[in-house]
Amino acid sequence: MEGSVNMIGYGLAAIGPGVGIGLIFAAYINGVARQPEAQGRLQSIAILGFALAEALAIIGIALAFVL
Amino acid sequence: MIFASSAFGSAGPAVLAEGESFHAPGPATFELPPVFEIGSVGVTKPMLQLFLAAAIVFAFFYSASSKRAMVPGKLQYAGEAAYGFVRNSLARELIGSRDFMRFVPYLFALFFFILLNNFFGSIPLINFPTFSRAGMVYGLAALSWIIYNAVGMRKHGVLGYLKHQSVPHGVSPVLYPLLVPLEFLSNIIVRPVTLALRLFANLFAGHILLVLFSTGGLYLLQNEGVIGAIAGPIAWVLAILVSFLELLVQFLQAYVFVLLNAMYISGALADEH
Repeated sequence: MEGSVNMIGYGLAAIGPGVGIGLIFAAYINGVARQPEAQGRLQSIAILGFALAEALAIIGIALAFVL
Repeated sequence: MIFASSAFGSAGPAVLAEGESFHAPGPATFELPPVFEIGSVGVTKPMLQLFLAAAIVFAFFYSASSKRAMVPGKLQYAGEAAYGFVRNSLARELIGSRDFMRFVPYLFALFFFILLNNFFGSIPLINFPTFSRAGMVYGLAALSWIIYNAVGMRKHGVLGYLKHQSVPHGVSPVLYPLLVPLEFLSNIIVRPVTLALRLFANLFAGHILLVLFSTGGLYLLQNEGVIGAIAGPIAWVLAILVSFLELLVQFLQAYVFVLLNAMYISGALADEH
């Protein structure tokens, strides 16, 4: 079997951020559903949380190529 | 074909001959040859892009603000909307209305500089996101690190600032030997690294995806017969869809970089409890 083990590592590493981002946006949707006026304030928090959780997955794929 | 060939500017072999094996894109895709040399220093395309982005951002905002009419024309309106976006929703929200004005020039310049450099990855003849070269991002992250640490140290004093960042409030002193090194590491050492790595890795991964779909589609079309003739164009359709995603990611990463910068500055300026 050819290929590099790096990609298996990346695949495993992507599980955590996948779940995390799902949780973040579930909370965002819940919050907006309960109080639609809060959408503006909640949106910036949701985007911040998304970027922080996504960073780990992105570090994973970048290092899978580089190392 | 035109789409695929414009992506080849950074892919390496321009045209794959029949019978060659597929060169998958990797870190070597980002090593661009120098365009010209000044003395012994080779000037590469990303370096030129940095200068181009700075010149364009400066020229746009200078000409947008040159007239200062009370009733703004279209260019001035666009410039004011752009400036207002960074000043209100990023700086004032996060740093607080008392001392946000000092940092608005830095955050505003940073946001549009990063945004334009990111968009260079999607602009047709350029097609290379400048900040997919890690060294350039670490320069920006180093500047941000110096700024938020200097601001905090000026406000709290050097030792007071380190205590402010490393010692969490409301925690019993028994846990200090565990928490203080961890907080110090996370707030002062690791922050510039993750700040830079987030921006760099997002653009790196996005560019590799685009190059993979474009060159892979061409390889399939040329070398794999009937199946390739179907799969190749499908790869190109995916490349088009991924480039829309890339536009979103490029904007978002610029926004998040500046958002986190503002958050770190406001954290450094926060009052003691």
